[in-house]
Amino acid sequence: MTEAINYTGRVHPKKFSMWLLLLGILMLFAGLTSAYIVRRGDGNWFDFQMPTMFLYSTIIVLLSSISMIYAYRSVKKDNKAGVKLGLINTIILAVGFVISQYLGWQIMQGDGLYFVNPKYGDKVSASFLIAIASIHLVHILAGIIFLIVVLVKTFNNKIDSNNTLSIDMCNTYWHFVGLLWVYLYFFLYFAPDF
Amino acid sequence: MSTATAHTEDHHHEETFISKYIFSMDHKMISKQFLITGIIMGVIGMAMSIAFRLQLAYPDTGFPILEWLFGSKWAPDGVLDAGYYMALVTMHGTIMVFYVLTAGLSGTFANLLLPLQCGARDMASPFMNMLSYWFFFLSSVVLLSSLFVETGPASGGWTIYPPLSALPKAMPGSGMGMTLWLVAIVLFIASSLLGGINYISTVLNMRTKGMSMTRLPLTVWALFLTAVLGLLSFPVLLGGGLLLLFDRGFGTSFYLSDIYLGSAGALEHTGGSPVLFQHLFWFLGHPEVYIIIMPALGITSEVIAVNSRKPIFGYTAMVISLLGIAFLSFIVWGHHMFITGMNPLLGAVFLVTTLIIAVPSAVKTFNYLATLWRGNIRFTNAMMFAIGLVSFFISGGLTGIFLGNATLDIQLHDTYFVVGHFHIVMGCAAIFGMLAGVYHWFPKQFGRMLNKPLGYIHFWLTFISAYLVFFPMHFMGLAGVPRRYYAFTLLPEYGVWFDVNVVMTMAAILGGIAQLIFLYNFFSSMFIGKKATQNPWEANTLEWTTPVERIHGNWPGEIPTVHRWAYDYSNPAYESDFMPQNIPDAGSKIELFETKQSLEDTKQKKAPNASFFTLVKNWFKPKTA
Repeated sequence: MTEAINYTGRVHPKKFSMWLLLLGILMLFAGLTSAYIVRRGDGNWFDFQMPTMFLYSTIIVLLSSISMIYAYRSVKKDNKAGVKLGLINTIILAVGFVISQYLGWQIMQGDGLYFVNPKYGDKVSASFLIAIASIHLVHILAGIIFLIVVLVKTFNNKIDSNNTLSIDMCNTYWHFVGLLWVYLYFFLYFAPDF
Repeated sequence: MSTATAHTEDHHHEETFISKYIFSMDHKMISKQFLITGIIMGVIGMAMSIAFRLQLAYPDTGFPILEWLFGSKWAPDGVLDAGYYMALVTMHGTIMVFYVLTAGLSGTFANLLLPLQCGARDMASPFMNMLSYWFFFLSSVVLLSSLFVETGPASGGWTIYPPLSALPKAMPGSGMGMTLWLVAIVLFIASSLLGGINYISTVLNMRTKGMSMTRLPLTVWALFLTAVLGLLSFPVLLGGGLLLLFDRGFGTSFYLSDIYLGSAGALEHTGGSPVLFQHLFWFLGHPEVYIIIMPALGITSEVIAVNSRKPIFGYTAMVISLLGIAFLSFIVWGHHMFITGMNPLLGAVFLVTTLIIAVPSAVKTFNYLATLWRGNIRFTNAMMFAIGLVSFFISGGLTGIFLGNATLDIQLHDTYFVVGHFHIVMGCAAIFGMLAGVYHWFPKQFGRMLNKPLGYIHFWLTFISAYLVFFPMHFMGLAGVPRRYYAFTLLPEYGVWFDVNVVMTMAAILGGIAQLIFLYNFFSSMFIGKKATQNPWEANTLEWTTPVERIHGNWPGEIPTVHRWAYDYSNPAYESDFMPQNIPDAGSKIELFETKQSLEDTKQKKAPNASFFTLVKNWFKPKTA
């Protein structure tokens, strides 16, 4: 209760707002995975092993995070070539993630696990997986757009060690959606064993 | 705009009509936009309720006005169509819960008060703030447009339980109307998240010098925690709604199982669980009722303290009880679902958590009463409504204890008891809190005073009619009268309630007339009301240190520095009975809770009643001169 406490300027309000947004996204997936648990607890549920393709997704998204770290560190060192290389690499890996997700769903369909499974009530497990993964994918796509915006800014010389806000936010967002997938992967991987 | 020279650089200066009144980024203008949109939605929602109350009181009687309003398709010969009755009930619930009491209440007062009471030039992101309003506006338009589609608006209840909401062909209201409802709610969630993120960010990052969290007025605390609740619960509804859209649009079976439709035969959906939707819905739905009531409670704290000329009793307890309510609201949703066949053990858990909510709620109620007790009460219009809130909060809260019991709920579920309970505790209480806020801050928003006698008439008519409408519902519910029924003409066992329904409808019409008085008062006072002074209620909070003519950036010079909490009323250390937060102590150092000693020196002055023991001691102390 001492006077003259100035709270303004500790964290940039935009960055703070983004943390709050990430909290909201976290709750969205907390809700969806809880729904998965509740529905699974009701029985009439077909447990299946996820295709290995989703493991590749996980590895790809982790690699993209590493590449993002490289880009972010390069900004702080004013290494422009490094930033561009890191961001482009991240975007390529992100696109790879999208493709691997699509291939994963294709493999599931080959096994008779569709998004819509008429007459097979127990295969709602597959619907859940695809619904959760696709809602996550929307966030990845938003991240790719964010990465492209930051990349364009880099090419226009608007990002350097003094102007890191947008790449900082992009960095946070990308690690968040990446780690979110890692959580979802482990959740969906281990769910049949419980 | 010469007074507003001390702007920070990110404020725009050139203001055209459009940037000032329409796509405004000024939080004060956005708060007016929210308020007026909320009032319009409120009038529509209330008109709907009067329409279906007419049907309940006089089933099979034609009212030409209904045919004029809804057309011969939905009200042939002035008798409301049964399906349209359900649509009106659904729309009434949706409009009141989301559009009036969530956006209208939080949107108005968070926008008005957070920057002004925290001491900020504007919100953390004025642009997001503007988006928040326009998403809300768009959402309102989409929702209302569903009144004009061929199959009518959504009619499966505001809780949109599947299967009625998941199968477009289930009934007329499940078609286009339901789709528009879902679109409207998605827009609403976007608005609410944009607003909520901004409110939290403003409170945590934009407070002026000296404004520590423990010096924040309780309105700010309440609006802040409301925003946190919204941020954590609306995404879950979004998740549930997305799965519902998949069921509607793509034919998945998250919520649907083994259904036969008269028009389409046996459906291929299988394996879904409609109860799953209820879990996801009520995980939002229960925090939602606290999203509604908490701002009203915060406003009441402020209004009661100002008009009792006393510090709010138990500031810390008030904050802790708000935190307690906010936390508990996330672990009680199952009490809406006691009769879905849930595990009795789980039911018992939800029962216990539900009843625990009575504790922080009671703390708040007792603190209101203790603040009022021996206060130097000024019965302003706002004060009347704030006291009205306390009354409703008690009478509605007590019936909540009945409903929270899993065993009693088996009898009471989906009866008029529930309708009476939530209308009193969340409908009336929150509306009264909102009106208290409107009467209290109207001078700040519009620079003029509301007409006081009209305010009293408005209060008494509303108060009496609200109790007359909703109190008898409890008895009907105890007798087993189910809610959402179109007519009871074919159910002679409910014949005894016909006259009661007539009384309730009359009271509802009376309440409607009272709101017309308010509308006249509100809109006419904007232009012809008495000019307001800078601090008409002699309040301590920072918004009253801003000039009467509202300027962009709020304060002409420096933002004031805060030197004390918001509730230094009747402090014996000072000459005046109020001490605004921005005035520094002139040498004498009086800590908040040391007032007990200073009492001895100032025997003529009223005790500030900083603690319960002071109160008790004062009560028994022999009267001196």
